[in-house]
Amino acid sequence: MDTAEPTFFDTNPKAGVVGQPLNRVDGRDKVTGKAKYSAEFNQLPGLVHAVLKTSDVAKGRITGFDTSAAMKQPGVLAILTHQNLPKLAKTPNDAEGKKAIGAPMGFLPLTTDQIHYAGQPVAIVVADTLERAQYAAALLKVQVAAEKPIASYEDPQAKLFDPTKVQDGKAPAHVVRGNAQAAFAAAPVQLTHTYTHAINHHNPMEPGATTAHWEAPDRLTIYDATQGVTRTQKAVSTMLGLSAEQVRVVTKYLGGGFGCKGSSWPHTILTVQAAKAVGRPVKLSLTRPQMFTGMGHREDQTQTLKMGATRDGKLTALIHEKTSTTSPWDNYAESNSKIINMLYACENFEASYQLARANVMTSTFTRAPGEAPGSFALESSLDDLAYQLGIDPLEIRLRNYAEKDPGTGQAWSSKSLKECYARGAELFGWSKRNPKAGATRDGRLLVGWGMATASYPVHNSQGTARARLYADGHAVVQAGATDLGTGTYTVMTQVAADALFLPVDKVRFELGDTKLPTAPNSGGSVAAGTVSSSVYMAAQDVWQKLIKVAVLDKKSPLYRAKAADVEVKQGRLQLKNNPQKGEDFAAIMKRAEMADIEGNGQGRYGSGYEDAQAAANADPAKKDQAADHSMHSFGAHFCEVKVDPDLGTVRVTRWVSVHGAGRILNAKTARSQIIGGSIFGIGAALMEGTVRDQNYSRYTNASLADYHIPVNADIPEMTVEFIDEKDPHINAMGVKGIGEISMVGVSAAVANAVFHATGKRVRSLPITPDKVLATKPVQA
Amino acid sequence: MNNFSYTQAGSAKAATGLLKDKPQAAYIAGGTTLLDLMKANLEEHPQLVDINTLPFKGIEQTKDGLRIGAMERMSDVGENKLVLEQFPAISESLLLAASPQLRNMASIGGNILQRTRCGYFRDAAFPCNKRVPGSGCPALTGDNHNLAVLGTSESCIATAYPGDLSVALAAFDAVLTLENQKGKQRQVLVKDFYLLPGKTPQKETVLEPGELIVAVTIPMTAQARRSTYLKVRERSSYAYALASAAVGLDVQGGTIRAARVALGGVGTKPWRSPEAEKALVGQPATEATFRAAAAAAMRGAQPRKENAFKVELAQNTLVQALMKVAG
Repeated sequence: MDTAEPTFFDTNPKAGVVGQPLNRVDGRDKVTGKAKYSAEFNQLPGLVHAVLKTSDVAKGRITGFDTSAAMKQPGVLAILTHQNLPKLAKTPNDAEGKKAIGAPMGFLPLTTDQIHYAGQPVAIVVADTLERAQYAAALLKVQVAAEKPIASYEDPQAKLFDPTKVQDGKAPAHVVRGNAQAAFAAAPVQLTHTYTHAINHHNPMEPGATTAHWEAPDRLTIYDATQGVTRTQKAVSTMLGLSAEQVRVVTKYLGGGFGCKGSSWPHTILTVQAAKAVGRPVKLSLTRPQMFTGMGHREDQTQTLKMGATRDGKLTALIHEKTSTTSPWDNYAESNSKIINMLYACENFEASYQLARANVMTSTFTRAPGEAPGSFALESSLDDLAYQLGIDPLEIRLRNYAEKDPGTGQAWSSKSLKECYARGAELFGWSKRNPKAGATRDGRLLVGWGMATASYPVHNSQGTARARLYADGHAVVQAGATDLGTGTYTVMTQVAADALFLPVDKVRFELGDTKLPTAPNSGGSVAAGTVSSSVYMAAQDVWQKLIKVAVLDKKSPLYRAKAADVEVKQGRLQLKNNPQKGEDFAAIMKRAEMADIEGNGQGRYGSGYEDAQAAANADPAKKDQAADHSMHSFGAHFCEVKVDPDLGTVRVTRWVSVHGAGRILNAKTARSQIIGGSIFGIGAALMEGTVRDQNYSRYTNASLADYHIPVNADIPEMTVEFIDEKDPHINAMGVKGIGEISMVGVSAAVANAVFHATGKRVRSLPITPDKVLATKPVQA
Repeated sequence: MNNFSYTQAGSAKAATGLLKDKPQAAYIAGGTTLLDLMKANLEEHPQLVDINTLPFKGIEQTKDGLRIGAMERMSDVGENKLVLEQFPAISESLLLAASPQLRNMASIGGNILQRTRCGYFRDAAFPCNKRVPGSGCPALTGDNHNLAVLGTSESCIATAYPGDLSVALAAFDAVLTLENQKGKQRQVLVKDFYLLPGKTPQKETVLEPGELIVAVTIPMTAQARRSTYLKVRERSSYAYALASAAVGLDVQGGTIRAARVALGGVGTKPWRSPEAEKALVGQPATEATFRAAAAAAMRGAQPRKENAFKVELAQNTLVQALMKVAG
């Protein structure tokens, strides 16, 4: 049996640069334009440009194309349609193909004459310049026999059905714990409320973009805007019938993803096929409108939450039903019920999902998929319960505090939620809150305070990294991870510097290439925990290899020492029981004429880590540590809004977020990430919503002028803190992810503040002026 | 976007001459509206005539009022001292619009000619009577939450002018100086410049083919000096108005002697409201008066499913604006 893995807690009891607010190591390259994004590899020999022609209608059949005018244009190289797209070895159009590819959608455009959604690509036009490709695409005529589409689950023609699984087969569609129906019926206090959530789009600054370069008939390099190079590699190689090794995917920089770049969407393989057809490297960027129908979205949905409670505010039953729109092929719904099942102590729980197929593309994970809308329903209803019973909203959350995971019965690996509540309340001044809704004014504006709980799970994940330490005191550390723009380059440099005992400016971290050791998709908040552990383990491997060199070197003071007796302190290899006996790593390497030494590491994140440690841990005294745990980050948001009662406008005027998320790798990038996620949530709460015309099943506001995301003026100064939290169960670094928890609970905190300000409970996101005006106050 | 030729015009005569008998050609100034429309294939112009160097410049006091050259930029006019002093509502309408980058580029003439943000107009995949006459109006039963409730027709309910400046110009009796291809100038009140959609929503203004906007002149009045522009929108900046109000009052001894009211975001054109003005003049400057004026302004509104809230919102916006200038 293996021995338990070392942990950062053991080898670096005093952290060096880890945790420090180091400036971004890639900051200069980004602001000077040196950083290359996937659509910026313009020096490729003979690079040409592709644009997608998309369907106007949402349902129908293509009866023909008139390519004559388009093909006559100068510079036009090819127009690919379903009639002439080079054949693929596999498509996602059947269940087996979809699974093998790992496709987010069970349909690949340009493989049939059928049109299933507005914005579906129907042709890809390639020309020598972008402008010529665009013009030719405009001249290309598509003949379509249009049919009446179904627009959503609200469409009278839509048929609701009960799926067995949701979230693309990853979550059960029916969950029962205890007897929620009976407990609700018997509850002294019963609340039943319905919540709706608008369609949201991720809208990263960088659109989807692919540059495909066939370097040989059997060797392809793709520069792709993806959250995971390995996932794109798998998807593309499987569709082409190539081995993974023949397809290299590079993503050096990413301008945001938020989930929409977490899967390989049709434009990537279509660009690859276009490059094959014209025999030249081809570049394609989705236009901003195409971003609304190219890479998924958060689905339109209605949730009904029944909440049963005692008169002192203790939850006895939670029954959650969700109805949402999905595509003609897939059963996708965000799993909203997960967070409702685990956030508060409640013995009886039931969740079910209903779906309706409509002429839309498949929706996909959008930052905190399920947790964000699910927490909106739960945290709004809990707020109602608090007001109804005259209990402070924070107090009611403490009364229902879950000391263990109610869903699984497991102990928490770590949970600092009480500390988050206390610190957040202190920073915000929550104790000064007027308990009465609609009773606080600032001039003519109504002032409201609201709060909500945040949580996000630690998803099981693993990955690898490589560290090469040079005798001259430099190191290059590599993992095929992605930096979404949040700071992966920076935090991994910090981890490597501490693990190798080098200054950060002597360490270079490389990522975003399938030639590097495999790392997981940067999604589900797994990247920081997994990749940091991989990097740490690779450094440990370096030291173990170097110890072996030292103990076999006659000239070393460590000659013939047992490897297990040697430790590494600040780059010095020495005997544990006699630290004077030892020497610096560089001395050992120079004597051995080693310019460098390489280590490989495997990092695990979540339950897989705990399982492996438990299996390896022979010490019976540590048995309870090895018991399995439920693993989550927790946090709390506190929000002040000012509402104009006559105009219905809501402005967030104060914000406090406090999170317990394990070890924080970089105080500055972590704070920025929480701020960014909170703003993402404020957007969803107050203004974001894509409108699908219910007759045409086509969006009416697919632009950044008309789809509102917050501007600077919408956002106040934000206070963000972290609770110092040590979690030895989740990975070698004790790191939890913070990419998604930052937006969980945000919309409820805002809605709860709006209620406190106005006495109006708006249960429909976004909370726009029309809804504030139309909602009647519920409290006298 | 289609291919087009590009010519710089050195004079108004040269510019109008270049457009002679070319109904498809267009003038380009700041380009902040036109290029968007062309890129989205909503407008096709084989020829663009650049009028940025025309001498339609200057912000100066004349006997008829403040004269602003059509080629002045939104930011320059919004921050101009005379405009700030004499026409607070006009300054505010400019500075609350768009973004600093757009305001630095966009000309006054171009702003007056900006086109609707109706989602059905802005996407060539939809039918739209304004874009393709006779093709239909999906907005009537579709997403109309930010479309008009006043001046609508069965052909079109778009807020044809979605912006802010012309709302303030309409309120304060601003006059446009237009010049045609014969070099002849004429004057049109801003409030009469825009047309109701009726059965011809494609015809949005009284501008003749090839005619240029030379300048806008706004009379200096007491009510213009005591004015404001209030804009309600779904985010704090860079958004079109759900409802807006440009108002000015001349109040003496607590009684309203003169009033100017125009609404934005609720009409198919910048909506000057003589009904509201009538309800204000001669009345005490009180909230009750303002409420009555607001009700008068919105009488006859034709709300639809998604935009019914605008009837109340526009009234509240107007009342709040009037309260502000009444002090």
